[in-house]
Amino acid sequence: MSDVTLAVGAPARQDEAPILPGLLRASWLVARKDLAIEFRTRTAFFSAIVFALLGLTIFYFAWDPTAVPAIDLASGVLWVIFTFSGLLGLQRSFGVEQADRAMDALLAAPVEREAIYLGKAAANFLFVVGVQLVAIPAVALFYNVPLGNIWLSLAGIAVLAALGIVAVGTLFSAMAVNTRLAELLLPMLSLPFFVPVVMAAAQTTSRLLAGRPEAEAWPWLRILLGFDLVFVVACAIAFPYTLDE
Amino acid sequence: MTTPRARAEGAPGRPLAEVAPARPALIDGWIVAAAVAVIAAYVRAIWFTPPEATQGLAQKIYYLHLPAALNAYLAFGVVFVTSIVYLWLRDDRADRVAEASAEVGLLFTTVVLTTGPIWGKPIWGTWWTWDARLTLTLFLWFIYAGYIVLRGAIIEPALRARYSAVLGILGALLIPFIHMSVYLFRTLHPMPIVLKPSAPSLPPEMLHTLLFSFAAFVLVYLALVRARYRLGLERVRLAELEASLEGGR
Repeated sequence: MSDVTLAVGAPARQDEAPILPGLLRASWLVARKDLAIEFRTRTAFFSAIVFALLGLTIFYFAWDPTAVPAIDLASGVLWVIFTFSGLLGLQRSFGVEQADRAMDALLAAPVEREAIYLGKAAANFLFVVGVQLVAIPAVALFYNVPLGNIWLSLAGIAVLAALGIVAVGTLFSAMAVNTRLAELLLPMLSLPFFVPVVMAAAQTTSRLLAGRPEAEAWPWLRILLGFDLVFVVACAIAFPYTLDE
Repeated sequence: MTTPRARAEGAPGRPLAEVAPARPALIDGWIVAAAVAVIAAYVRAIWFTPPEATQGLAQKIYYLHLPAALNAYLAFGVVFVTSIVYLWLRDDRADRVAEASAEVGLLFTTVVLTTGPIWGKPIWGTWWTWDARLTLTLFLWFIYAGYIVLRGAIIEPALRARYSAVLGILGALLIPFIHMSVYLFRTLHPMPIVLKPSAPSLPPEMLHTLLFSFAAFVLVYLALVRARYRLGLERVRLAELEASLEGGR
């Protein structure tokens, strides 16, 4: 995979068999392009991390610490911060394609339109997970949460939640950049869709933190899995309709 | 793919204004019929239907609340179906029906969210509670408010139609998930017991009034969607007239 050229749509070298089927391969090229832009500029990633840390701090002071123990807040704060910092990355996802009408070049590239969606979504997914890798330990630190034996489960929930949010958010990002309201519209369209994800993730996390039996978390996990499944498929199908025809 | 009428409405170079001149109607018969039906339903509900034993007069709002709620679901169902039809056939009429239905649905949802607390205060003792059904209705309102804002944020008609169709479909797919989440949330967090009517076993007088009222609201829905559809059509005509004037015709 590492010898795939960065340029989108560059023909694969003839002498080697493609490692991945066409669609995934093209998606990976799109994702790599976005990640390369992000890696070289690092603007969105750092602002998302600083935003997440700021959010954690502000939330802490929004409650009376003598009335509500910090650990009871931790799960809710974590997922609210997760949602909002995720929006920062999603905003940028199609925002970067506006300069010099880069989107036209992307559309002209010989890749399927689903591959553009999947690639963008993959890059956003890595972005959101990257922010989480900083935000979750920060919550544990600031809110004094013992992550010791639940970190693996928490990582699993974070991956599932990121998948759901990114699936919907990537599609709406593509739509929002073409409207007059741009930045305002993305949260307005996305947040109702994030509700089941945030509820499921926060409820599961607080049960894990409270040491409740796993059976209590299962119904929520099922909602999260169902959401991921339905919206990854539905948004990949819907995406081509949001492009210029 | 395109019916003769769709072609007449959307054909380039053949302005709509010439094909079907707008006939300004002072009185919309459908609106009048709907208003008369609603008034009749209310006269019946207030004077000719016995009051409920424990809730008294507060229960009368039921004849407004429930038909509005059912028609809101009907409206959003229509948005879902017409959105699919639009993406499939690219018929502008499907987009205009979706637009009209979403606005009327949002209106009905607002009625539900307004009448609910008015009833809830005397009966439950609180204006609002995070009961599953209330929460779901609130989110319905958010989804379709977003839908209408999205429509207002796009100028180009074909783009607007495609985007709103995508949102109309995804919004309908979201509803079951919010439904499951809010019910799960409530059952795992038992709230103070609220007075809720169990399975509706209405006495016949009340049931008939309710059905009457429901029919009146269906008529309101149809009349408003029709009026809004025509408004959408007039806007297209206006845009075409303006374009033809600018073109120096």
